[in-house]
Amino acid sequence: MGESAQNATLTDERIKEISPLRKALIRPELGGMVGTVAVFTFFLLFAFDSGMFNAQGMMNWSVVSAQFMIIAVGACLLMIAGEFDLSVGSMIGFSGMMIAIFSVTLGWPVWMAIIVTFAMAIAIGGLNGWIVIRTGLPSFIVTLAFLFILRGFTIFLPQVIERKTIIGGVKDAAEGDWLAPIFGGKILQGLFHWLGDAGIIAVFERGTRAGQPVVDGVPMLIVWAIVLIIFGHVLLTKTKFGNWIFASGGDAEAARNSGVPVNKVKILMFMFTAFCATVFAVCQVMEFGSAGADRGLLKEFEAIIAVVIGGALLTGGYGSVLGAALGALIFGVVQQGLFFAGVESSLFRVFLGVILLGAVILNTYIRRIITGER
Amino acid sequence: MNPEHAPIIQMKDIEKHFGSVIALAGVSVDVFPGECHCLLGDNGAGKSTFIKTMSGVHQPTHGEILFEGKPMHFADPRDAIAAGIATVHQHLAMIPLMSVSRNFFMGNEPVRKVGPMSFFDHDYANKVTMEEMRKMGINLRGPDQAVGTLSGGERQTVAIARAVHFGAKVLILDEPTSALGVRQTANVLATIDKVRKQGIAVVFITHNVRHALAVGDRFTVLNRGQTLGTAQRGQITPEELQDLMAGGQEMVELEGSLGGTV
Repeated sequence: MGESAQNATLTDERIKEISPLRKALIRPELGGMVGTVAVFTFFLLFAFDSGMFNAQGMMNWSVVSAQFMIIAVGACLLMIAGEFDLSVGSMIGFSGMMIAIFSVTLGWPVWMAIIVTFAMAIAIGGLNGWIVIRTGLPSFIVTLAFLFILRGFTIFLPQVIERKTIIGGVKDAAEGDWLAPIFGGKILQGLFHWLGDAGIIAVFERGTRAGQPVVDGVPMLIVWAIVLIIFGHVLLTKTKFGNWIFASGGDAEAARNSGVPVNKVKILMFMFTAFCATVFAVCQVMEFGSAGADRGLLKEFEAIIAVVIGGALLTGGYGSVLGAALGALIFGVVQQGLFFAGVESSLFRVFLGVILLGAVILNTYIRRIITGER
Repeated sequence: MNPEHAPIIQMKDIEKHFGSVIALAGVSVDVFPGECHCLLGDNGAGKSTFIKTMSGVHQPTHGEILFEGKPMHFADPRDAIAAGIATVHQHLAMIPLMSVSRNFFMGNEPVRKVGPMSFFDHDYANKVTMEEMRKMGINLRGPDQAVGTLSGGERQTVAIARAVHFGAKVLILDEPTSALGVRQTANVLATIDKVRKQGIAVVFITHNVRHALAVGDRFTVLNRGQTLGTAQRGQITPEELQDLMAGGQEMVELEGSLGGTV
C-alpha cells in the first residue's frame, strides 16, 4: 500500500477528477449493457404472458441470439483491427452449400466435407485480407466484391450440379458421423429430461414424443457462441495479440513503427471472420439438414450492427467482444420478442435503423471523451 | 559532451540521391553518448533524409556509418531498433484510443505463462508504466488512462520514456517540439535533459534555435544537403545559428526589416 500513498502525494492539481459516470461511459460495453437491461425490461413488462419466457420461448430467442453472436465475434475483432468484412453473409451461404455438395452430391463423409469447407472458407478469408493489404484498397470495396462473387457461386453451383437451389439430405448423410454432432448436436439432454420429469419445464402431452420435454437440450450452436465469445474476449483483452489488434486498428502506421506485424494481424482477423461465418453455416446446415442458396442474406450487416451496438468504433481501434455479444443478444431478443408480442415483424427493421443510429452517435461521443477531441 | 567517450555513431561523408535529386551531398556527423546533438536546418535542408539514413529507413548512396566503432549496414528500421537506435516521430508514435500502458508496451508486450498459454502481463505493464512516467515527471490518473487525454508534450515524453526503457542507446527526436506550446516544450526539453544524463545519445532535430540552445551540447547545421559545420555550446550565438540555417545574406536583410524578431 506504500505505492498508493506515494501516488496520493504526487497527485497533480491539474488533473480533474473524472466522475464515475464519465468513467463508466468510457467502457465500450456500457451501451450494450444498458440496451440489454432495457430490452429485457420492456419484454418482461409487455410480453411476459406470450410464452417468450418459458423454456421453449427462451430457447427460441437464445438460438437466434447465438447465431448473431457467432458472426458478431468475428466481425468485432476484425472491426477493432480496422477492417470490415461485407462477405460474411455470402460466406455463410457458400460454406453451407459446399458442405451439402461435398457430402450429398459427391458423397464424401460429412467430417471430411466440414473440414475441407473450413479450409476453403479460411483461405478465402485470407485472400480477402491479402488483397486489402496488398492493394491498400478499403476493405469495404474488396469484401463487397466477394459478397457478390461468393453469392454468385452459391447460386450457380447447385443449379449446375443438381438443377435446384436447395440441396437436402445432409441429415441422413451425417448419421453416425463423428464431427457433425459438434455442430448439430445438443448437450445437457439428461438435465432437460430431468427438468421435464420434475415438471419444471413443459413436456409433450401427446404424440410419439409424449412425456419428453419440449426443449430437450442446449444446441451446440449456443455452445459455439459462448466458446467463441470467451475466446474472443480473452484474446482481445488478455493477450499480446489482443494488444496488436487494438494497435493495428488504432493507427496502423504507429503500430508498424513500434514493431507490430500489422499485415499479419489483419489477415488473420479476416480468416477468423470467415471461420466464424463457417461455424454459423455448419450449425445451420446440420440443423436444417439442407443448404439453400439464399442462406445468410444480409447477415454481414446484422453482424456489423451488433458490433456497433456493442460499442465498437467503425473506424477501428476500440471495442469489446462482450459488448458485441450483448449487441447480438439485444438483436435476437427484439427480433423474436416482437413476434411474441404480436407486433408486425417489419417494425423490427425500423427498430434496427433507430438503434444503429443511436449507437453510432453515442460511440462517437464516447470517442471524443477518450481522445479529448473537441 | 564527454571527450573520454568514443562516438557511438559516426556518419561519414553521407550522400543520398533520389534519382536526379541530391538530398545529401556529403554530410559528416559524430554523436557521443550522453550528449544532446542538435541537428538544425530549414525546411528542405535534408534533416529528415539524414535521420532516416541514420535510423535505417534509407540506405546511403555513398558514405559510411560506424556504430560503436564498427561499420553498420541497416537493411530496415528494425535492424536499427535492434541495435539501439530509436526514433521518436513527431506524429505516429502513440495511439490515442489505447491506454498509456498498452501504448508503452506496444510491440514489446510482457507475457506471463499459464500452462501452455501466454497472457499479456497487465500488472507488470501497469507497474512499469507508472514508474517510468513518474521518473519523467508525469503523474498519470492511472495506467489505463487513454493516451488521447494526454497533452502533446506528455505524449512525446511517453514515447521518449518508452524508447529509453527498451534500451535505446541513440535517441533520434524528429521535431519533438515543433507543434507544442511553451509549457509543453519546456517539459519535453527537461525530458531530453534527463535522458542525456543517463548516458544516452540524443539527436534532436529542430528548426527552432531557442529550443536547440536550451538543451544542446553541440549543433550541426544542415543547408541544402550539406553541413555548415558543427559548433560547441558557447561557441556560437543564436543569431549566428539562425543565419547559418537560413543561408546567410537574405536573412540579415529580412531580419533588419522585421526588427530582429525572427
